[in-house]
Amino acid sequence: MSTTTAAHHDDHGHDSHGHPTGLMRWVKSTNHKDIGTMYLWFSFAMFMFAGALAMGIRAELFQPGLQFVQPDVFNQLTTLHGLIMIFGAIMPAFVGFANWQVPLMIGAPDMAFPRLNNMSFWLLIPAAILLLASFFVPGGAASGGWTMYPPLSVQGGMSVDMSILALHILGVSSIVGSINIITTIFNMRAPGMTLMKMPMFVWTWLITAYLLIAAMPVLAGALTMLITDRHFGTTFFNAAGGGDPVLFQHVFWFFGHPEVYIMILPAFGILSTIIPTFARKPLFGYASMVYATAAIAVLSFVVWAHHMFTTGMPVAGQLFFMYSTMLISVPTGVKVFNWLATMWKGSMTFETPMLFSVAVVFLFTIGGLTGLVCAILPVDIQLQDTYYVVAHFHYVLFSGAAMSIMGGVYYWLPKWTGHMYDEKLGKWHFWTTTIAFNVTFFPMHFTGLAGMPRRIPDYSQQFAEFNMISSLGAFALGISQLLFLYVVIKCVRGGTKATNQVWEGAHGLEWTVASPAPFHTFETPPQVK
Amino acid sequence: MSQDTKNYYLPGPSFWPLIASISLFLLAGGFAMVLNKVAMGTPLMIAGGLSLAYLLFGWFKEVIGESVSKFYNKQVDISFRWGMGWFIFSEVMFFFGFFGALFYARNVSVPWLADAKLLWPNFVAGWPTSGPGITEAFTAMGPWGLPAINTLILLTSGATLTWAHWGLMKNQRTQLKVGLALTILLGAIFLYLQMHEYAEAGFTIKTGIYGATFYMLTGFHGLHVTMGAIMLAIILFRVMKGHFDSHDHFGFEAVAWYWHFVDVVWLFLFIFVYWL
Amino acid sequence: MNKKAIFFLGTALSSIASSAHAAYDLNLKAPVTEIAAQIFDLHMLIVWVCLAIFVVVFAVMFYSLYKHRKSVGHKAAQFHEHHTLEIVWTIIPALILIVMAVPATKTIFAMKDTSEADMTVKVTGYQWKWEYDYLDKNVKFISNLSTTQDQIENKAEKSENYLLEVDNPMVVPVGKKVRVVLTASDVIHAWWVPEFGVKQDAIPGFIKEVWFKAEKEGTYRGQCAELCGKNHGYMPIVVEVVSEEKYNDWLSAKAEEAAAGAAGADKEWTKDDLVANGKTVYEKNCAVCHQATGAGLPPAFPAITGGKITTGPIEGHLDIILNGKNVMPAWKALLNDVEIASVIAYERNALGNSVGDIIQPSAVKAARK
Repeated sequence: MSTTTAAHHDDHGHDSHGHPTGLMRWVKSTNHKDIGTMYLWFSFAMFMFAGALAMGIRAELFQPGLQFVQPDVFNQLTTLHGLIMIFGAIMPAFVGFANWQVPLMIGAPDMAFPRLNNMSFWLLIPAAILLLASFFVPGGAASGGWTMYPPLSVQGGMSVDMSILALHILGVSSIVGSINIITTIFNMRAPGMTLMKMPMFVWTWLITAYLLIAAMPVLAGALTMLITDRHFGTTFFNAAGGGDPVLFQHVFWFFGHPEVYIMILPAFGILSTIIPTFARKPLFGYASMVYATAAIAVLSFVVWAHHMFTTGMPVAGQLFFMYSTMLISVPTGVKVFNWLATMWKGSMTFETPMLFSVAVVFLFTIGGLTGLVCAILPVDIQLQDTYYVVAHFHYVLFSGAAMSIMGGVYYWLPKWTGHMYDEKLGKWHFWTTTIAFNVTFFPMHFTGLAGMPRRIPDYSQQFAEFNMISSLGAFALGISQLLFLYVVIKCVRGGTKATNQVWEGAHGLEWTVASPAPFHTFETPPQVK
Repeated sequence: MSQDTKNYYLPGPSFWPLIASISLFLLAGGFAMVLNKVAMGTPLMIAGGLSLAYLLFGWFKEVIGESVSKFYNKQVDISFRWGMGWFIFSEVMFFFGFFGALFYARNVSVPWLADAKLLWPNFVAGWPTSGPGITEAFTAMGPWGLPAINTLILLTSGATLTWAHWGLMKNQRTQLKVGLALTILLGAIFLYLQMHEYAEAGFTIKTGIYGATFYMLTGFHGLHVTMGAIMLAIILFRVMKGHFDSHDHFGFEAVAWYWHFVDVVWLFLFIFVYWL
Repeated sequence: MNKKAIFFLGTALSSIASSAHAAYDLNLKAPVTEIAAQIFDLHMLIVWVCLAIFVVVFAVMFYSLYKHRKSVGHKAAQFHEHHTLEIVWTIIPALILIVMAVPATKTIFAMKDTSEADMTVKVTGYQWKWEYDYLDKNVKFISNLSTTQDQIENKAEKSENYLLEVDNPMVVPVGKKVRVVLTASDVIHAWWVPEFGVKQDAIPGFIKEVWFKAEKEGTYRGQCAELCGKNHGYMPIVVEVVSEEKYNDWLSAKAEEAAAGAAGADKEWTKDDLVANGKTVYEKNCAVCHQATGAGLPPAFPAITGGKITTGPIEGHLDIILNGKNVMPAWKALLNDVEIASVIAYERNALGNSVGDIIQPSAVKAARK
């Protein structure tokens, strides 16, 4: 295709003369950038809300004894904190990045299905309303944990149904969104952009989209069985009828473990974008990064039962899942080594995005190594359902996924808004977040090892000191995020004008367009050499 | 890249996504209320259903209009192919979850329960079973009556649909119409027989794990056949209106893919739910 | 700053100061079984391996961060591949993993071997208590949290083993292989004693087996390790490992207790005796959900005071206690005839109710059939 085709682009309903304004610009949007922006703001709102729930959890755990909430309310807080952080904050944030960046990075005019793209976003709203409203129905919100294991979740009230249906809607949103992303990547790349020339972020999202399409329907199946067990007398998860509560766990984690990688692979993509930029050096081992990502994705479907080591599987099952889980650390290790090799002999500077990225490599590796500890089945017997696991997955999900998101936001904010963010405040946000995060979660390794179970509102006195430290850290972590909000708003409203390339070491198509990126970009596909 | 003379079609602002969101909100919220016996639930669900019907009708009308107006170039056509393919894959995974439950129950949980003599001293493993706690006798569904006939019907419907597709490609519109009509008819007969089978069945969805897996799998399959038949009817309607030509008929192909997928699921159902 | 905040800050500071003498638990509890010892060693092995990897990898990173900065004038190299290196850092971790998998596999086989046990105890999880049934010994009892509600609500000073103490601990002889068969009656629980290296989910309708052989006398405390509802945090496990002799004494004392309870079922009780006895039973078993005042926690846990069942026909009252309904457990396996008759008498004639009727333990016994 050549530039001569550009002349024809306007001969039908395509609105490219300026863009709609007001509320309708957002409600009726078919523009990947606007939809990406909505995703990101939605995710940030959910992040703050679920974070507020976490503040409630930490306030109650500040001291032994019951101070603020009754045990049942405490369980509601932990359940909704998990559900909303995963499905409301982290996943939509990554989809927001995909919306903004994938078309820009591959030189596409928009996503393959712009209207479905907007639907994926607008389906988040009813799901969020159902989850938030569930606090106000009789009996309060769902309190059986985000994993919703039966029979406990069969006992719950209307709020459990609301949560299940919210997840169904989110599932539809994710599946439609993933189909859109896969199609965009396969069918909308600019001429010359071969698969092995795609930016790493696009690769990680391509693989993530596959994981979503394969995993979300399985979750839908599990939730459907749960709802029929609750209301229509089926016995999938009831031994009296020949079913098994553990069956739910198998089906759930068959979704749930790929879900873990759904939340981390795009983060890997962000790191693989930021680190080369600030090291001023190409990504080391691009091909092996692609293969490692694919290997992680494939393996993620055969490790699920490591979440269930204490359910009493037969030896053969235990061994299989222990070995496969240990194996998955190999490709993950390859990624970490590649990032280090990218930094090695670079010419590094440490703007906020790079600070976040370096911290993520460091802290995520802690989470990865504690994951390896948990993979050793006999050790996991002692750690399962303790605070050690809470520490482990927060190192992976907060300092892995959430901090990558923050780094990515700082990295692309100038492209999105046309302004540089306040570097000084950005660094403040980085340091307060990183320090507060570690103060919160590092002690949990010790409380977990010493035997504190998770999901309890009250604990024996031996754990008092560490819990108090964790709570203080958590409050600081919460307050730090207000600073993030301030920096972002400040950047949206004004600041130093950003150049097109923004960062000295940045490469790729997204840096060839103006800052802020125009409403329509690459209507004529660029030629990639 | 193709040698198209037009750019990729990008639709302008659209209300449909918001309508979709509202429809699903009404349906889900209403359903949660119905399940918990809140009176408001039923009217909300009806409103949601109507709004969903309006949405599907309106949105597809818009897309079909764009297609008939030749806004879509080759690249858009490829997008639709990718999209439909991966949508069907997601459906495959949905059924995969239920088949997984069936295999787990038969090979893992039922034998384990039979081993748990301390709790269920009289329970013997076997299939079909309603589990150790549900003791009413029931008769299971055998494969060689209606289900075998239904298998033949669905397989034949796959053949008639392919025959219709040949007609379309050879520009023989009569063959196309007859083939489509036959396929829809076979689908309807299948559904009728399936309902008959349900009515005559010697067990219910509450008959332990056998009843649960049977009705869940065949029920969701039946739902998909219903949707497929409706989509085929729409395609027939469009054919009557003169849509599609021998090169450009992805709407037809998409529905055909879907119908074959539903066929294949049935074969698995026949083997694992009825037969073995 | 409000008063509450000042209070918390004050207690925070004072508890940090006063905890100087407390031994910090930074690692797994000291093991008292062979399996727990193996787990402890495995954990230490993997921690050291991980730490070594961590130190080496991040020494490299921090060296690079320090040396390869633009601000010190370092010019970027442009290499982006090195196949040998990439193969090496794929193979070496894989080899390390194999080395770690070997001892772990051995321990897994040992953990699963429940054969040749000296005794078997059936443990059943209930919301929110444990039942211990010494199979073939005719000893069966419920183990409840014994920490008082006042301590939990900060109205009384917290005891030394706050939340880790029970009224009826499990008692086992030292040096004997104890097979534990686990199940649950309502939802999934998990039976966990860290010092034994045993954690196993208790799954309703299924039997899961684990074993331990405690090598050292003492009292070992654990907790439920699977979210099981409102009072998940309040169903501890306490196991007393004693000498063979003490164990036998304890067994016969328990058997006598049970016999006395059974004997009570055949005699005629007065209403006052039943109500008085019922208060203890109620507060131990029912108050968790229905509250000590009988007010309940609607909608999940209905009020006893003026309740439909507790002021309705006594047969219905007996039925729901014996057989349970939804969240309400079936108590017939948990309480003896006297206890059930007593708690019915108490619920109907105290807590603000005055229906007036009672049911005799002998009638409860008959209703069980």
